[in-house]
Order: sequence, then C-alpha cells, then structure tokens
Amino acid sequence: MDFQLTADQRALRQGVRDLLARRFDREALRAAVDAGGELDRDLWRALGEAGFFALRLPEAEGGVGLGLPEAVLLFEEAGRALLPGPLIDTHLAAGEVKGAAEGEVVVTAPYGHFVEHLGDADVIVRADKDALNGAMKVRSVDPLTPLTRLSRRTPYPYPPEAVLLTAAEQVGTAARTLDLAVQHACERVQFGQPVGGFQAVKHLCAQMLVRVETARTAVYAAAVTGTAVERAAAKLLADEAAVRNARDCLQVCGGMGFTWEADVHLHLKRAWVRAGRGPSKAEAEEELAAALLGDPA
Amino acid sequence: MDLAYTPQEEEFRTELREWLARVLPGLPERPDPLDWPGRRAYDTTWQRMLYDAGYADLQREATPTQHLIFLEETERAGAPYVGANFVGLLHAGPTIAAEGTPEQQERWLPPILRGDEVWCQGFSEPEAGSDLASLRTKAVRDGDHYVVTGSKIWTSHAEVADWCELLVRTTPVTPDTPKHKGITWLAMPMDAPGITVRPLRTLAGSTEFAEMFLDEVRVPVANRVGAENDGWRVTMVTLSFERGTAFVGEVVACRRTLAEVAREARTNGTWDDPAVRRQLGRLNAEFMTLWRLTQWNVSEAQKTGGVPGVGGSVFKLRYSHARQELYDTAAEVLGPDAFDLDHDWTLDRLSSLSYTIAAGTSQIQQNIVAERILGLPKGR
Repeated sequence: MDFQLTADQRALRQGVRDLLARRFDREALRAAVDAGGELDRDLWRALGEAGFFALRLPEAEGGVGLGLPEAVLLFEEAGRALLPGPLIDTHLAAGEVKGAAEGEVVVTAPYGHFVEHLGDADVIVRADKDALNGAMKVRSVDPLTPLTRLSRRTPYPYPPEAVLLTAAEQVGTAARTLDLAVQHACERVQFGQPVGGFQAVKHLCAQMLVRVETARTAVYAAAVTGTAVERAAAKLLADEAAVRNARDCLQVCGGMGFTWEADVHLHLKRAWVRAGRGPSKAEAEEELAAALLGDPA
Repeated sequence: MDLAYTPQEEEFRTELREWLARVLPGLPERPDPLDWPGRRAYDTTWQRMLYDAGYADLQREATPTQHLIFLEETERAGAPYVGANFVGLLHAGPTIAAEGTPEQQERWLPPILRGDEVWCQGFSEPEAGSDLASLRTKAVRDGDHYVVTGSKIWTSHAEVADWCELLVRTTPVTPDTPKHKGITWLAMPMDAPGITVRPLRTLAGSTEFAEMFLDEVRVPVANRVGAENDGWRVTMVTLSFERGTAFVGEVVACRRTLAEVAREARTNGTWDDPAVRRQLGRLNAEFMTLWRLTQWNVSEAQKTGGVPGVGGSVFKLRYSHARQELYDTAAEVLGPDAFDLDHDWTLDRLSSLSYTIAAGTSQIQQNIVAERILGLPKGR
C-alpha cells in the first residue's frame, strides 16, 4: 500500500499550478468576473495544449493516458484558481467530440435544471433536440458561471466521473479559502496584534484545515477505488468543506470579506453552484446509508 | 496513489489471521472490568503470546503498513486490546528506546515486550493538565537518589503497575528558567515507600484512572532517562513522531459498530425516519474517510519514518468528534435501551465523552494545528 502522491503526480500538480499562475493570474480572474464569465478561447486552447482535456485519453488516441487519480489533482488546481468554463464536460468529451481534447471547442451539458456557459459552448451533449426549448438565461448568483435554466429537469444523470471531478474542484476551493483566511489573519492587526493570534480565529482556521484534509482524502480514495459509495462520501465531504470553508473565510476576513473586491465571495458562490451538480446531499447520504446494510466493511 | 497491499503485506496478513484463529480460542475468559489484578494477568498473558509468536515489537520490527495490518486484523478477530501494556509499549518503551542508555534499554525493554512488567504514566497533575509543563511535583537530589514529592492524576493502571514514567521538576521556574527547562524524566519503581494510589472513578463508573500521591519517594539517579532538566524534550521525542497507527483498531471497531447500529435501526423501525437514515449515511462517509486518512498517514510514515504529531492532531480532532456523534446516533436508534447501562452502546457513549479531552483537548489541538501547521501567531 502506498496511498501518497507519486513523484510524477506531484510534478503534474505543480505543473498545472504553475500554468494557471501564468495564464490565469488574479488580473485575469477579475477580468473574467467583469466579462461575466465569458471564456478566453486562447486560455482554453492553452489548457488543451497542456493536456488538461486529453489527460485520460489513451496515448494511442493522442491523449496523455493517465487516470482519475491524476485528473482529480488537475481539477483541484482548477478549483483553487477559480478557473471558469465547462471544464469537466469538455474533459469528459475528449475523444467523443472532435476538437474537445485539443481545447478547440467548448463542450457543455445540462444537469438538473441548468446548463452552464451555454453562450460560449460550441457543442452541447447529453441533451435531446428539444432540451433547450423554453430555456431562459438567469442572472447567475456566480459571476463566473453563466447559467441557463431549462424548462424541465434533464432526464440524463450527471456522470459519476463528473461527480468526482466536481468534488475535486470543491477541495480546491476549500484549500484556497483556507489560505486566504490564514493570510488575512496574519496581516490584519486589531487590539494591537494580528487577529490570527486570537484563539477564536485560530480555531476557525484549524477546523478549515481539518475539512480540507478530510475531504481531499475522500476524493483521492474515491479516485483510486472508483466505487460509488466512496464517490458519494467524496461528494458529501467536499461540498461541505468548500461551502463551510468559504463561509469561515468570509467570517475571518470580517468587513473586507463582504466586499466585491475580496475573492472569497467568488469561491462561496462557485461552491454553491458546484454543490448543485449531481446527487443532492440527501441522495448522497441515502446512498451511504444503504451501503451500511450491505457488506459491513 | 495506491490502496492495494503488496504480496508481502498480504502474506503477513494471512499468517497473522491463521495465528489468531489458532490461538484466540485458547484465551482465558475476559476478567471483570473492576478486577484489576485479573485484568493485568489477562493483558500480560496476551502480550506474552504475542512475544512468543514474534508480534511483540512491531513498533520497531515491522513497517508501518504491517503494523496497520496487525491492528486491523486483531480488532477484526476480536483479540484483546493492548490494555495494561499501553504505556510500556506505546510511550515509556519507545522513549527508553530513543533516549535511554544501552544499560537502561537492556533492563527495561525486554520485560515490557514479554509482558513481565507493566508501566503507568505520571505526567498530569491536578494543577497541570493542558498546561502540562507547569507541573510542580518536585525532585531534590540526595546523593545517588532523587527525593520526589507531589501528586499526579489520570495515572491509568497505577494499581497494578511495576514502573511509572514520571515527569518531575528538578529546577524551579524563575525568570531565567522557563517552565519547560526544569523538567526531568524518571522511571519510578511502584513498590518504593511513600507512594499512595487512590482510584479515580470516572463518569462512566469505571476506575481505570488513579490519583497518585508521592511523599519523599526515593528514586535512583540511575533511573533518569536523558539529562537532568531535559525531560520535556525526552518526552516529546516520542510524542512528536507517530506512525499514524494510533487509532487503527478504534476506527475499525467504529465502522463495525456503525453497521450494527444501521442493522438495529432496520430491525426496530427507526430506519424509516429519513433523519436517522441520513445521519447514519453521513457517519458512513465520516468513518470511511477516517479509515482512508489512516492509510494516508501510515503511507506517509512508511516513506518518511514518521508522521509529524500535528498530522495526528488533524486526525484526532475529526475522529473524537465523529466517535461522539456515532454513539449519540446509536442512542437515538436504541430509544429506551439507551438508558440501560447494561447495553454496551450506553457505556461506550459515556466513555466517548473523554475523547475530546484526553491526550490534548480539542481546543489545545486546534491551537497546535493553527500555530504549527498554519503558522498563525502565538497569542491569546
């Protein structure tokens, strides 16, 4: 047993982090916010060139030939950076939809009552011809994710791999909001000391770390085993970690956290939207409960 | 990232399973929880069986993964717990192995591994709990002895122990001597004159803990491990690195209990309440992931030789809370039986209350995590 990242996996994670720092820095993030989440096609192609979409495509088909454990590392970084776009749908379409693997086309798909980034999408999958009849663009709560509301719930289930990759993005948000909270707590001085010196603030941050480590472990384990029950656990813990960490980050940042200027609201809103993908909290808990009556581990 | 066990690890597991199946039926009846000499005899008999089979010193002789497998399999097979041998095997022994002289190691380690000698821990004091370094039990040098006076609390197995790993103050706290600098680690023989042990009854009614009063107890200077006034560091050497295996058996046991609670809910009809079902599902995610986190920490220890104690803090914070939630949920499922002390889960619910307090309260653990991992400033 060796449940740790391999040297290659660590290098892959670092490579993506560096790429995103170069190609999607804070200035680009805020530009994307101002553009209402409209996609930067050059960036999309750069992601394609870096193998972001072709990661799990076999090498014989021009892909990178890696698996879900590597994919969750990539999507954790995407979540951390708040990278916009239907990344998961395009990743899943690699090899199925021409140009998806290379980042030449943007692929989206409906889930539940919504479809994301419809305006930017070249191709829509998992949708019948009349799926968009009566669909209306809404004023999205998340400034980085344009949402179109369908007139009826899509009959297509959210793919299991998409559930896991969404959970990986949520871990990225949980980790990043912890970083933002710690940074603020070390810099902000009140009552003559950094506020991070107060136990009340320390304990919020410590619990944020506990959530990150727990959710990340659940996501990595689900990526390695591929079982439905571990995926449900990953979904449950990652959604909770992302939303609660973003909330606690907002709290630690105080008044600054409530401004448009601070990035924390972008994470919170994104975490809310991501939590709406795939099975609901209740459905995940029911699946996990049912599993208890089967093989008792 | 790989969760599969190697052929060597599987072979270790198979041999262990076969051995357990062979020897467990021959164990004597479990003694009454209040029969301390009986419990000591039972626990040391088990330790001797482990010793004879070559499983006594896995801490040093096996890989962290083999140690994990050992703890997982013994729990699954319903083998005895480490019990009265806990301090000797998991703290005093490793401390002596790391910091003792060759003579001290020769004197104390083999009897621990054979189950011949039992150790207890004299660290906490009535006025020194979370703030352990403020301990006041005093040791004054008199020739080749220390003369020790003071009191200790939460000393488990004190009634039946042969030795006590004792922290004493050898230099008073002054503006020039911070509290951590004046502490010394001693091995105190429990039959020395001047030791009074008084059982401490917990809210669960059990008496595994004791108070210990020391009145001019003479301890040979030769029983000091490490230098005088260096006892804090000597103690922390063992506490600060662990193999991630501290809670392996307990997590396995909690997962089994959770499945039993689910089956009980199904039987008695509480399963039909979606709130109960969903809470059980949530706990399944919780304990499944705590098991994966254990495997993660053990894999890390396998690579690096140890998990920093702060990694253990993250695990303990989550686990101690989850354990309390598990038994609260069990009580909800049990209904009227939850008020019956003869039901195991009722007693386990009571003892789960200690988990967020013992071995560093959750509040202290959060300070440790915030300061040592996240780098937040020390303060109030």
